[in-house]
Amino acid sequence: MPYGPHTPADRERMLSALGLDSVDDLFADIPVDLRASALDLPPPEPELELSARLREMASRNRTDLVSFLGAGVYRHWTPPAVDQLLLRGEWYTAYTPYQPEVSQGTLQSIYEYESLIAELVDMDVVSASHYDGAAATAEAALMTCRATRRDRVLVSRGVHPQYRQTLHTYMRNLELEEIPLVAEGEAAGTTDLDALARMLGEEDRPVAGVIAANPDFLGLLEPMSRIGELTHAAGALFVAVIEPVSLAVLTPPGAYGADIAAGEGQPLGIAPQYGGPYLGILASTDALVRQIPGRLVGMTTDLDGKRAFVMTLRAREQDIRRDKAASNICTNQALLALAASIYLATIGPHGLRDVAANGAARATELETGLAAIGVERVHPGPYLNEFAIRVADARTVHRRLIERGFLAGLVLADAEPDDPTLADGLLLATTELTTSGDIARFVAALQEVLSGRPPVGVETGAGAERAANPVGATR
Amino acid sequence: MSAPTDLRYTRDHEWVRVDGGEATVGITQYAADQLGDIVFVELPDEGRDLEEAKAFGVVESVKAVSDLFAPLTGTVTSTNDALAANPELVNSDPYGDGWMIKIRLSDTSEMDDLLDGPAYDDLVAAG
Repeated sequence: MPYGPHTPADRERMLSALGLDSVDDLFADIPVDLRASALDLPPPEPELELSARLREMASRNRTDLVSFLGAGVYRHWTPPAVDQLLLRGEWYTAYTPYQPEVSQGTLQSIYEYESLIAELVDMDVVSASHYDGAAATAEAALMTCRATRRDRVLVSRGVHPQYRQTLHTYMRNLELEEIPLVAEGEAAGTTDLDALARMLGEEDRPVAGVIAANPDFLGLLEPMSRIGELTHAAGALFVAVIEPVSLAVLTPPGAYGADIAAGEGQPLGIAPQYGGPYLGILASTDALVRQIPGRLVGMTTDLDGKRAFVMTLRAREQDIRRDKAASNICTNQALLALAASIYLATIGPHGLRDVAANGAARATELETGLAAIGVERVHPGPYLNEFAIRVADARTVHRRLIERGFLAGLVLADAEPDDPTLADGLLLATTELTTSGDIARFVAALQEVLSGRPPVGVETGAGAERAANPVGATR
Repeated sequence: MSAPTDLRYTRDHEWVRVDGGEATVGITQYAADQLGDIVFVELPDEGRDLEEAKAFGVVESVKAVSDLFAPLTGTVTSTNDALAANPELVNSDPYGDGWMIKIRLSDTSEMDDLLDGPAYDDLVAAG
């Protein structure tokens, strides 16, 4: 059907029927300072010149760096089939497949996403899908409040700081408290179980849910079973924040008694694309199915007995339940959920285990290499593919390594400025894309930086000054 | 169909049967018919205190969701567990096996605010 915009004459007729002089009169109830103002755009440029300028701007991105950056987003090899299949026009359609009679393909793809993720997290119900890991975690927190009719949620400081920020926003009119991490000893950097037990035991302050991440933000493995036991003993629900690739080798949340699993789906075939769009994973037990927001697709048979897919339990959502819906967000990330499905189906369970195991093996190799030059981890506990190291003046070391072509992970003082134990920390991650050569060269470069030697091939003086100001450094 | 005359009714289409200090609560035939096939009923835990006119649960049909409002103030003494497996009882027998909760009443004078059968029929007829 051709789309025809309103003509000026159409608008004139509508305005005169309403007795108004201009479209702006329709917005008279909104205070002037809250209305959108005109966009401040530069004058138009010829396409050729504009393209050249944009290319020049894009070239300032350092895509040449050997990266050890993870911190919630992980580089993985994506089979080319994923992006190729996403190019098919059939997927660029139907916002919400309300009409099953014309949406079987879309509905089937969502059903398969839910089935694949359910297998990965070992839980009954998966909703498809949410904006990102932080949004999914915040929805999980609200689920625990609705299900328990309590309004106090505890989140471990081992949960990603940006997720906690999102949680504070969502929970502004409820109660959110942070559980401290153990400061020293064998369990340093993981959730303080004594503090958790104390917080759960506070009189007349019942807890709705407890949120912990595995691996935690610092890469460490958390005692998830124990956290779950303490949580359940207090009548609260346990939310596990997960990283999906890790579940190929770690115990899935369903197996250690989590009521809800939430996490970032980006590692499943989605490029680390400047913070998004990403994919929020949210899963729960069957008991919480009416509290989970997001679309659920079920498989059934039609009147002729043929297999059919259809959205189900619609009454949770906004278009039916209005202000009492399970979420005020009624949209999803269908294309990215599809990317995750194609990735999982292409790479398979054994492939995913290889991806996780290779990343972990490279991390051990990195730890060994670093130990040989006297650089130690901040925390002694077990990790999977990410850990924090301590180096004096971490921020300067990070900058010097960029000059040498290495992205030395995350400066932890930037992410957790209030935690003195992380003041000199760098958070390093490896994946199956990290090579032994990368590790050897990175360790050598770090040793150079720590001993104060200039990079190989750079003379002191003018050359060193140039190298100290790389174009488009990350800060 | 007329509403049973031995029950009292709210304007939110709940019915109440009072026996001593205890009231049994459900939704009316009219409400069940309007909602259509009921697929889920969410009821409060026993021991919960309810306040008159405040939501105490949710009834969900294939086409709509509706809050259940407490007709009277009191404490929940029991809930109809059969509705978990057979929510359709609300459609087939709303005044009998489709009952929802029993409440121990705090203030029996609140009964005066409820409608009798003919008054409820008038409310339904008036739309």
